[in-house]
Amino acid sequence: MTWLGNLKRKKIMDPLTAVLYLVPAGVIVVVFRMIPIGSAFILSFFDVKMGRIRGFVGLAQYARLFQDPTFWSSLGTTAYYVVGVVPLSLFLSLLAAVLLNQKIRGLGFYRTVYFLPVVTSLVAVSMVWKWIFHPRLGLLNYFLGFLGGGSLQWLEEPRGIFEMAAGAMGWSWWPAGLAGPSLALIAVIVVAIWRGIGYNIVIFLAGLQNIPDQYYEAARIDGANPRQVFWRVTWPLLSPTTFYVLLSTTIVSFQVFTQIYLMTGPPVGGPMGTTKVIVYYLFEKGFDAGGNMGYASAVALVLFLIILSLTLFQRRVVERRVYY
Amino acid sequence: MESTATLKDRDLNAGFRLRRGAGRFGVYAGLWVGIIVMIVPFFWMMSTSLKSPIEILEFPPTWIPTGHYVSAGEGTWDEVYVVSRDERAGSVTVRRVESGAESVVAEDQVKDRIRLRFGNYIEAWNQAPFARYYFNTIFVTLFVVAGVLVTSSLAAYAFARMKFRGRDNLFVVFLSMMMVPQPVYIVPSYIILVKLGWVNTYQALIIPWIAHIFSIFLLRQHFKTIPNDLYDAAIIDGCSRFAFLWRIMLPLSKAVLVAVVIFTIVGTWNSFLWPLVMTNTPDVRPLQVGLARFSQEQGTNHELMMAAAAFSIAPLIVAYFFAQKQIIQSLATSGMKS
Repeated sequence: MTWLGNLKRKKIMDPLTAVLYLVPAGVIVVVFRMIPIGSAFILSFFDVKMGRIRGFVGLAQYARLFQDPTFWSSLGTTAYYVVGVVPLSLFLSLLAAVLLNQKIRGLGFYRTVYFLPVVTSLVAVSMVWKWIFHPRLGLLNYFLGFLGGGSLQWLEEPRGIFEMAAGAMGWSWWPAGLAGPSLALIAVIVVAIWRGIGYNIVIFLAGLQNIPDQYYEAARIDGANPRQVFWRVTWPLLSPTTFYVLLSTTIVSFQVFTQIYLMTGPPVGGPMGTTKVIVYYLFEKGFDAGGNMGYASAVALVLFLIILSLTLFQRRVVERRVYY
Repeated sequence: MESTATLKDRDLNAGFRLRRGAGRFGVYAGLWVGIIVMIVPFFWMMSTSLKSPIEILEFPPTWIPTGHYVSAGEGTWDEVYVVSRDERAGSVTVRRVESGAESVVAEDQVKDRIRLRFGNYIEAWNQAPFARYYFNTIFVTLFVVAGVLVTSSLAAYAFARMKFRGRDNLFVVFLSMMMVPQPVYIVPSYIILVKLGWVNTYQALIIPWIAHIFSIFLLRQHFKTIPNDLYDAAIIDGCSRFAFLWRIMLPLSKAVLVAVVIFTIVGTWNSFLWPLVMTNTPDVRPLQVGLARFSQEQGTNHELMMAAAAFSIAPLIVAYFFAQKQIIQSLATSGMKS
């Protein structure tokens, strides 16, 4: 009788024990996540200098923010960066994953090497690539020279790539609004793709290996050629994976900071501010001398809204598509 | 019947596959292009880190660090730098490394030999408090890993096994916190650390990171797979709740715990924005921030910067080659947040 009573008492968990188990993680999450996230919103209505709150300013930070051309250009630069990284990274990683899925010998070796940069710190990676992009002594310009091309300024080139292409074709005029991302930003994009591709390859490979063989078998018996097999079987069945990779790459890309901080400038964000992305703008406004943390919080909120809407958008799309 | 069987044999595990000839060659060629692109930056880092400052200026660059030597008679050789080459005359202007004396010699008198300057590593190490940075990173990483293990197993246990009101709602709130990217809350976090007096302390680098929501999530999912009967039986035998967690749940969750340890180590070791904002002196500054500073201070000493980059990534790279399977798996799951 006593053991049964004992069991009953223990099975109906008293909330008090649960609280005890939840306290260590809970306190940290509340103090270092919930409160900061909540106050990011509130802080954006205040004037905050050097970590001290000075007064309520209402929507003044936002009014200033939306009138600041640097804010808009940093958003534009971030958009260029995301559009530069995401499709190319997806394409290359899917290509590599499909090749790796061809029953090749030494799969482990290829996967290990492709994944290697993911383990490497972004700081070190940025330093190495900055050296590779060196305008005078860099490896990349050496290759270009070897292939018979001229050398480029890479990280020191503020001109937009479309403008440069137009110039290379001998056109003397090109609309300033269509200059495109600077070559410096392209260099940063290359590094981001190189660093992150291994991760996407591994995810895609897992997705490919999850596709049951019966589908391929059926397609083959029906006489489908490899291209048809890819577009009619692999691609649709892989779509949940593709959406996941698409979204995670996009969200990570919106937060780019380290490469910009290490590779560009001085001053960071150069040349001529063409690599100043939104998180660096936030960092500069919030933490540089004379920074205003209320203003930086307003920037943070804009970033948050962008990422939130992307996440919600993904939910929608994935829900509709997951059972293809 | 027979034809179906052969078809099936041949196409078993067929997938989207190219089997023979040119297609096969294309597959390997494509993969090898990828391998070269992935490896060359690492090779170039190592190569540069072992060169002399003068060799770095040589163009075209050498792949393998090379020393130049000129005979000093009687079988001894002087190491020289190549100052300039006169291709038409076939002569080379060289400067002796030891004495600094310059002379012009015929091109075939200069002998090349592989010369790896490991001294660059020592020089780089001594030009900034890297020992301190290293210690800080290891110290912080150890505490964060230990903290994450403790807080996540306890919380995951409560979420998986205990019954209390609002449990699942609370869990969803936790999960939603995970979706918010770090740049969004870094400003208010800084203000909180200022209020706590923790800016530029180890606490600032450790405490906010010892609760890791995704680890709680992973462990909870795994705990839920352990049958309730096991739990009931253990409780009947007089096992306490904590003993059940410690003696049965955790040993059964080794694989998940290893994954948590790995992505916590890699994440902490490589984190940058947070420690950049939260530290401002070398005594608590972690390796990545120290390396970034070193890179900004050195400017043109590329061989030292590459040496510093190399010794900063070395521990994780070495670990990676010993446990690549687990590391790839762990980091792949850690990203699967949605």
